[in-house]
Amino acid sequence: MIDQIVQGVLLGGYYALVACGLSFMYGVMRIINLAHGSLAVLSAFLVWYVTEQLGVSPFVALLIVVPIMAAGGWILQRTVLDRSLRSGPLTPLLSTFGIAIIIDNLLFERFGADSRSLAPDIGDLSYKSWSLPGGVTVGQLGLLTLATAVVLIVGLQLFLKYAPLGRAIRATAEDRDTAELMGINSRAVYAAAAAIALGTVAIAGAFLGMRATFAPYAGAAQLIFAFEAVVIGGTGSLWGTLLGAIALGVVQNLGAQLNPQGFLIAGHLLFFCVLAIRFFAAGRFSGGWLKALRRQPA
Amino acid sequence: MSVLRVEALDARHGLLKAVRGVSLRVSQGEILALVGANGAGKTTLLRAIAGAHKVWSGTIEFDGADVTNVPANKRTRAGIALVPEGRCLFSGMTVEENLLLAGRTGRKGPWNYKTVLEAFPMLSPIAQRKGGDLSGGQQQATAIGRALMTNPSLLLLDELSLGLSPVAVNAVYESLQTVIASGATIVLVEQDLSRVLRVSTRIACMLEGRIVLEGRTSDVTKEQITEAYFGLRRDAALEVGA
Repeated sequence: MIDQIVQGVLLGGYYALVACGLSFMYGVMRIINLAHGSLAVLSAFLVWYVTEQLGVSPFVALLIVVPIMAAGGWILQRTVLDRSLRSGPLTPLLSTFGIAIIIDNLLFERFGADSRSLAPDIGDLSYKSWSLPGGVTVGQLGLLTLATAVVLIVGLQLFLKYAPLGRAIRATAEDRDTAELMGINSRAVYAAAAAIALGTVAIAGAFLGMRATFAPYAGAAQLIFAFEAVVIGGTGSLWGTLLGAIALGVVQNLGAQLNPQGFLIAGHLLFFCVLAIRFFAAGRFSGGWLKALRRQPA
Repeated sequence: MSVLRVEALDARHGLLKAVRGVSLRVSQGEILALVGANGAGKTTLLRAIAGAHKVWSGTIEFDGADVTNVPANKRTRAGIALVPEGRCLFSGMTVEENLLLAGRTGRKGPWNYKTVLEAFPMLSPIAQRKGGDLSGGQQQATAIGRALMTNPSLLLLDELSLGLSPVAVNAVYESLQTVIASGATIVLVEQDLSRVLRVSTRIACMLEGRIVLEGRTSDVTKEQITEAYFGLRRDAALEVGA
């Protein structure tokens, strides 16, 4: 039981790593990036490609891939998302959904359907673990993933709190029009935020490749887990995302103990329970809400 | 020389013309008070000058350059600062963060974090409190201080006393004296006529989107303003001693 919880926490670290970019983007721009999972898979492929071509470790490859993804985030924001945002909340959803399809199919076109993994490139880190008393084992890669997620989230929080650009991002997230009146170029701030978000996606993609296999159409599963972690933890909150991701990982692992299918079902159940509690807390299921529904024209 | 020149400005809210053919000039060191009833177009005019509201037609010149189509952030960097109606502080950020944020424009001038706290002593003890936790007076002082941190050459103040207690209004205006004494050029929207007449050097009264009375404050009587304010003199726009 304790071992399952520990494994769940470590798995949660991976989910947090994937989810923090999604949470950051939603927190700043109110964009639910449906291409997030596909971008993580794209990053995994980029890391794999650089590793194969240059014969370097995936960690070294990240030094190349993170700036590439960040630049991609900047361009994506300036060319697609910024325009989408001006057309209402639904358009960014459709745009990012379209981008996900394009990425998935381009990856399939370029790399085929074969699964790949970065595990062979990190030596024994992929399977080495420490045995603790009580039958608890802690995988080194899992711990590194969790530590990376915590460092990334703490780093982002410190950046938002103390860096001038971080303050500008917070201000723009809270009130774009007033931020403009303070001399802040909100478009540039949004582009910077997208660059940061995709930089974190690059790191998440590398860890995806190191801990498991990946294929061109693997993005959807990554998106679902990241999305659930963000919603469970409270949308837009980085600390909440970490806690939500850990809760998701723990519940999934405990669910898997009960039933082989329990891994996914338990995670989804937690997600729906949190959603339901939020709806009740917000009074959405109150009499007023139901009456409002009945008043809708047929 | 005019710091601000507005020519035949039209601004709309949807189909509604909120500002209709307004022309005005503001010279260096002048304090222009814009008065008028609710819905007269004062706030829209101020927001259009600051770049926060789209101009339908007409031109806005600032420091001799046409800024009509310049985005708000560039106007702020050029030297126009707006203290918006309702303050619009970043409620999740502390007073200090609100002020430092505005200091990023890179404009040189007398205002920095230290001088703003000196001008608004009430801000020092609350520097680490969040914008959303402040009283109305404290919020207004922070909003003015935040605008000053951009070192503006034109300060636009919208409804300073709105929603504030008389004590808070007095405190804000007392602190504002330091700004006025520094020779700042100000356009002030205010409902309190007595205070406007004490503070401003020129006054313009708006009615239904138009300026119906304009002149030096010393040349305008309270009765004339009241008549223009309520639309009792609608025969023609009145210019007094301008």
